[in-house]
Amino acid sequence: MGEMEQLRKEAESLKDEITAARKAVQDLTLQDHVAGTAVVGRVQLKTRKTLRGHLSKIYAVHWGDSKLCVSASQDGKLIVWDSYTTNKVHAIPLKSSWVMTCAYAPSGNMVACGGLDNMCSIYNLKGKDGNVKVMRELAAHTGYLSCCRFLNDNEIITSSGDCTCVLWDIETGSQKTVFAGHLGDCMSLGVAPDFNTFISGACDFTAKLWDIRDGQCRQTFGGHESDINAIGFFPNGNAVITGSDDASCKLYDLRSDQELITYQDSGIMCGVTSLAPSLSGRLILAGYDDFNCNIWDSLKAERVGVLSGHDNRVSCIGVTPDGMACCTGSWDSFLKIWN
Amino acid sequence: MSSKMVGSNNLAHARRMVQQLRVEASIERIKVSKASADLMRYCGENAKYDPLLMGIPASENPFKDKKPCTIL
Repeated sequence: MGEMEQLRKEAESLKDEITAARKAVQDLTLQDHVAGTAVVGRVQLKTRKTLRGHLSKIYAVHWGDSKLCVSASQDGKLIVWDSYTTNKVHAIPLKSSWVMTCAYAPSGNMVACGGLDNMCSIYNLKGKDGNVKVMRELAAHTGYLSCCRFLNDNEIITSSGDCTCVLWDIETGSQKTVFAGHLGDCMSLGVAPDFNTFISGACDFTAKLWDIRDGQCRQTFGGHESDINAIGFFPNGNAVITGSDDASCKLYDLRSDQELITYQDSGIMCGVTSLAPSLSGRLILAGYDDFNCNIWDSLKAERVGVLSGHDNRVSCIGVTPDGMACCTGSWDSFLKIWN
Repeated sequence: MSSKMVGSNNLAHARRMVQQLRVEASIERIKVSKASADLMRYCGENAKYDPLLMGIPASENPFKDKKPCTIL
């Protein structure tokens, strides 16, 4: 067909145009810039708390504030922890135990979770009688729920194995916007510090930046050689960090529209499952399939520390909003707080 | 599904892909030197507020157990 061939040619030409435009702004590399900067000193964090209580693999953890966090395990429970005391504030039994993600609302009023049930369930923590109940079940995805993040008490963004992300109105339970474009399962998402955009990482090896209000994909970043499992914003919102099954993490700068640095080591051959930047962005903490968490100097791309202590895969990681500690969750059923 | 439908689905998909690539090609890009400088500056300015980078004195660490001292 004439039009198909024309479109194919135009697509190739546009891809070449993007490659050329990216190259045109490469006046200096990040490596050139940081050549005169010293690597940060060895970072040695200790386990300060171990949160015990889950009976099976932990798949996700998310901080609500700098004290409370929520974790999800395939024992069919969401647990809200007071990380200072290790007390369980809430232990919420789930309808479906095949949970893959959880999230804490910024207000502290709600938590959400989802997984192989293809739904995102919202729980109200501040109900009148003190019981935690399901407030809403957001159903429309045709694949598993891999990640969810609240924008506020009435809006949440989800990513799914059906290759889409969705912005939901929690009150009405309806999809406000469907973000379609990925060619593989969406595995992870991160919301920008200014809440105007979000990023998604997928099994098509790309990361995409989306405008939350108009639903448009603004930028697509490639380079990884396998599924992207983890994604997060650099604290100033100008860069995105990804972690992949190809054993590397990458930093993509949004304003120059390209990859600036890769965090990899010939000694690391297993996939990255999770990542979180420290408060200043200088450190990137990344969880791996080999039961460890590596700490990277984000500017020099050198490993400056290791968190070892889990007896199985580190599946999730999060740094507190005040930057005081990081929490790792593992298939060994424990969460550890480090600083 | 008739082959005609599959054909027009492919066409619609190809049109969407080209449209998306047009959007991505048209964005403004800043120089990598400026992007790098800004990243470095942000890290530098915020390093002193980064507890995991700077270390936390035991007395200010909410996660450290405060054990009573015993004089042996």
